[in-house]
Amino acid sequence: MTGTVPTLAFWGLALLTIAGAAGVALSGHMVRSAFSLFAALFGMAGIYALLQADLMAVVQLLVYVGGISVLVLFAVMLTSGIGRVGTDNPSHRPIGGLLVLLAVLIPALGLAFRMPLGIESPADPTVAPIGDALLGRFVLPFEVVSVLLLAALVGAVNLARGWRRDPEERPSEEGR
Amino acid sequence: MSVGLPHLMFLSAVLLALGLYTMVTRRNAVAILMGVELVLNAGLLNLVAFSRFGRGIDGQVFGVFGVVLAAAEAVVALAIVLQVFRAMRSVDASRADRMKE
Amino acid sequence: MHHPILKDFPLFWIPLLPLLGAFWNGTQGWWTQRRFGRAAVHLPAVILPAASTVVAIWGFLVLWFGDPGTVLHDSLWAWLDIPPLRAEVAFQMDRLSAVMALVVTFVGTLIHVYSTGYMKDDPAYWRFFAYLNLFLFAMLVLVLGDNLLLMFVGWEGVGLCSYLLISFWWRDREKAKAGMKAFVVNRIGDFGFTLGVFLLFFGLMTTPARPVPPADRPGSPDVAGHLEPLPPTSVTFREIEQLLQDPSRRDLLVQRKVLGLSLVTLVCLLLFVGATGKSAQIPLYVWLPDAMAGPTPVSALIHAATMVTAGVYLVARMHFLFSLSPGAMTVVASIGALTALFAASIGLFQHDIKKVLAYSTVSQLGFMFLAVGVGAWWVGIFHLMTHAFFKACLFLGSGSVILGCHHEQDMRRMGGLRRLMPITATTYLLATAAIAGFPFFSGFFSKDEILWKAFDSGNLLLPGGGVLLWGMAAVAAFGTSYYMFRSYYLTFSGSYRGAGDHGADVASGHDADHHAPDPHGTPAEGHHGSLPHESPVSMTAVLAVLAALAVIGGLVGLPHLWHLPNFFEAWLEPVFESSAPRIVSAGHGHGWEWALMAISVALAFGGFGLARWLYRDARNPLPERLARSPNRWVRGLHRVVYHKYYVDEAYDLTAVRGALWTSRAFAWWDVQVVDRLVIWVGAIGRLLGWIGGAMDRAFVDGAVEAVGEMISGAGNRVRRWHSGRIQAYVQGIALGAVALVVVAYLLAW
Repeated sequence: MTGTVPTLAFWGLALLTIAGAAGVALSGHMVRSAFSLFAALFGMAGIYALLQADLMAVVQLLVYVGGISVLVLFAVMLTSGIGRVGTDNPSHRPIGGLLVLLAVLIPALGLAFRMPLGIESPADPTVAPIGDALLGRFVLPFEVVSVLLLAALVGAVNLARGWRRDPEERPSEEGR
Repeated sequence: MSVGLPHLMFLSAVLLALGLYTMVTRRNAVAILMGVELVLNAGLLNLVAFSRFGRGIDGQVFGVFGVVLAAAEAVVALAIVLQVFRAMRSVDASRADRMKE
Repeated sequence: MHHPILKDFPLFWIPLLPLLGAFWNGTQGWWTQRRFGRAAVHLPAVILPAASTVVAIWGFLVLWFGDPGTVLHDSLWAWLDIPPLRAEVAFQMDRLSAVMALVVTFVGTLIHVYSTGYMKDDPAYWRFFAYLNLFLFAMLVLVLGDNLLLMFVGWEGVGLCSYLLISFWWRDREKAKAGMKAFVVNRIGDFGFTLGVFLLFFGLMTTPARPVPPADRPGSPDVAGHLEPLPPTSVTFREIEQLLQDPSRRDLLVQRKVLGLSLVTLVCLLLFVGATGKSAQIPLYVWLPDAMAGPTPVSALIHAATMVTAGVYLVARMHFLFSLSPGAMTVVASIGALTALFAASIGLFQHDIKKVLAYSTVSQLGFMFLAVGVGAWWVGIFHLMTHAFFKACLFLGSGSVILGCHHEQDMRRMGGLRRLMPITATTYLLATAAIAGFPFFSGFFSKDEILWKAFDSGNLLLPGGGVLLWGMAAVAAFGTSYYMFRSYYLTFSGSYRGAGDHGADVASGHDADHHAPDPHGTPAEGHHGSLPHESPVSMTAVLAVLAALAVIGGLVGLPHLWHLPNFFEAWLEPVFESSAPRIVSAGHGHGWEWALMAISVALAFGGFGLARWLYRDARNPLPERLARSPNRWVRGLHRVVYHKYYVDEAYDLTAVRGALWTSRAFAWWDVQVVDRLVIWVGAIGRLLGWIGGAMDRAFVDGAVEAVGEMISGAGNRVRRWHSGRIQAYVQGIALGAVALVVVAYLLAW
């Protein structure tokens, strides 16, 4: 990524992402946190696009921005009374958090700045090679992931359906 | 002016740290989940960055797998959170400690 | 050897039209039925399959007037293109597929017409027709698909529809269970099928690819030849057949050993496992008799005429593969003959008219597998076709009887229906004569040809060759004639035994399975106890058409012996020509053939005579006496055969109980071992935490203030490892991970 415009775009998107992440981390307001997450994920999609990782950018938009953040928003709405949204994300043990933050950030940044600048490989479309890899060398992980998705689906349905403790209250499971 | 691996690593390190901070400090289980998503995104960014600046597509293939795993994880975790909320009328993770014993 | 291919013939309409019907009724049929009455449901549901029949006939005529071996081909879109795997959603109609498609669409349409009468009082009329149309779609995809994968889509589709239709009256627990049983048993077969396809695909791929010169493929202006070089491996029938033309590839497939078997044998056996599931052969036949829980038109269409013959079609379709493996062919033929005999013997003593027909179907399918197993492909398909006619007629006749008798299926509560239901009785008699193999009826030609081909086969790896199989099949043919006429006489001759109270009847005190009157059918108030009545014309007309076909349908395949043209064999010859050189005859002369024909006629009449003597007008007391014979061996034998040799019970004891037991064992393991392990690990963790805390306390005293403070904090944290608070866990994990990275980095540095 050379040139002024991509570089500026990168820093703009990086700023958006970091600001979003900071919003998630610091805001005490659940809905604000959720929208900050949305901004951070969106910034990530932009960075993927800048990196010419077209499939990843699209997947990020579809799955993260379109799917997971909406899901999170739903969860926020379903788990908190509308009146309490402002106060239901209390912070807790900020010292421990800060300790972790620094303990992770300092070595990670130390590593990051020792990286060589690196040479970007040519910007070919990635969809076809990824598809080939998925059905070629990575076909076993691919199949395993499909089983995992199925398990997650069934598990989520089963969890969300809930159970009742009172045996009299479940006529559907009686009579066998 | 150019952007290379160090800059991407920097971004991912910040995301990772902020995600972990979220996970450690928030009481609300949904917020903890958001922190998990940030951490996952930091990892994915690294995968894509090394795929772009290294050689080969494998990093991005794993990135796709990572997104799938994140989706599966989010779905199950949110289902659990909803269930916890239904049972305890609260999503305060620091109170959901009944499995302690 | 190259067949001209006629591209872009609109074959896709044949499956699409029934699919449209299924869509129409499946999406909003409940509304139209309520708003506009049943006609809005059954008009599209009947007309669309009829239109599909017209397209199939059109394709048939194009083949008829084209060169022998012409193939119609219709490619819709590339489905999978992951070299070397390439599969299209494409339909092909060669002469074999044309026969299948005609039988499916024609018999299917007739049964739709019949269903408008049979199902007319069912509230879920629209659902029934939606399923039935969907079934036709899936079946047509199965027979027209040009590659194994598309065929498998149809294969699964018919399985699904079969499940849906068997448990159509799902409020009845028994029927829902029968549907599930069919689905699960089919699943076992399908597993074999998929393994066979995979193995074939990879078995072909291991051969080094050699470009086949396109020189020997002529192409005329209107006929596009297959000019691109062949792929290294394929799932398309035509391409597999062409690949196997290459002797070196063939040899590699034959000589390669897997698990001590030649690869081609293993592939064929796995595919045959799929066929045994779908076509109800030993050992996977158990679902078919239970499948009679579905409405009778379903039994006629799916479990007699079309779906269950898919396995026969599969073997015939893969003839170029099966013919490479005499071992697999012998297995197919032996299983076929064994099933024919076994199922026929169970059929001898059944009381439920549909159960008799079900076992008869299993038995007749055995005959078909015997035919394809000895390499007489066309005979298997011929019997498939004639069987579709007469068995559909028999099932629909039994449906007419069941409807007339107010949903009574036990033949001991019927009798004397000949006067009350003359059309049904006549058609049933004609079809019975056909299945029994009376001369000049359709079943005679096809069954006799099967017996002769089995006898004369030189391919079998059995001592004595086909004679043994012939003997089994001949006994089965005798049994068939006997039990079919038995069912006819029990049902239609004598006097009606079902009138009046259903409880106090012939069967009381017997070990019969009493069939409760159907709770979902005709609203029976005011009907019960009244005399049976003839069915509406929509049903009897269909019976008449099918009976006519059951009588004359065999004339297309006259025996060579009579020096008359055998149209059917000539028709299918181009399809099977690539495997023809590998099928050898044992060289028995014409004298033998005449003798066998005489024997099979004698057997048919013998069975007929015995049944007539024992069951006509229900006068002969011998059957009852036999069932209550003082000799416990006779009684025991009767019981064992009546209870279907207790195979269901044996499966229940082994497979079903085995699965349950395994799952319980796992549960025990989980509770007893894993849980305890977890508890122990937890206890150890707590102990460590306690030690950490204790050390903490011990060290605080002697340490510097600030250090002591930190250690105290750490000690507190260690003690809280088991606090159950996830934040604490996250913190621990993060710090631990960082520590690991730092240590690793320092070590590497």
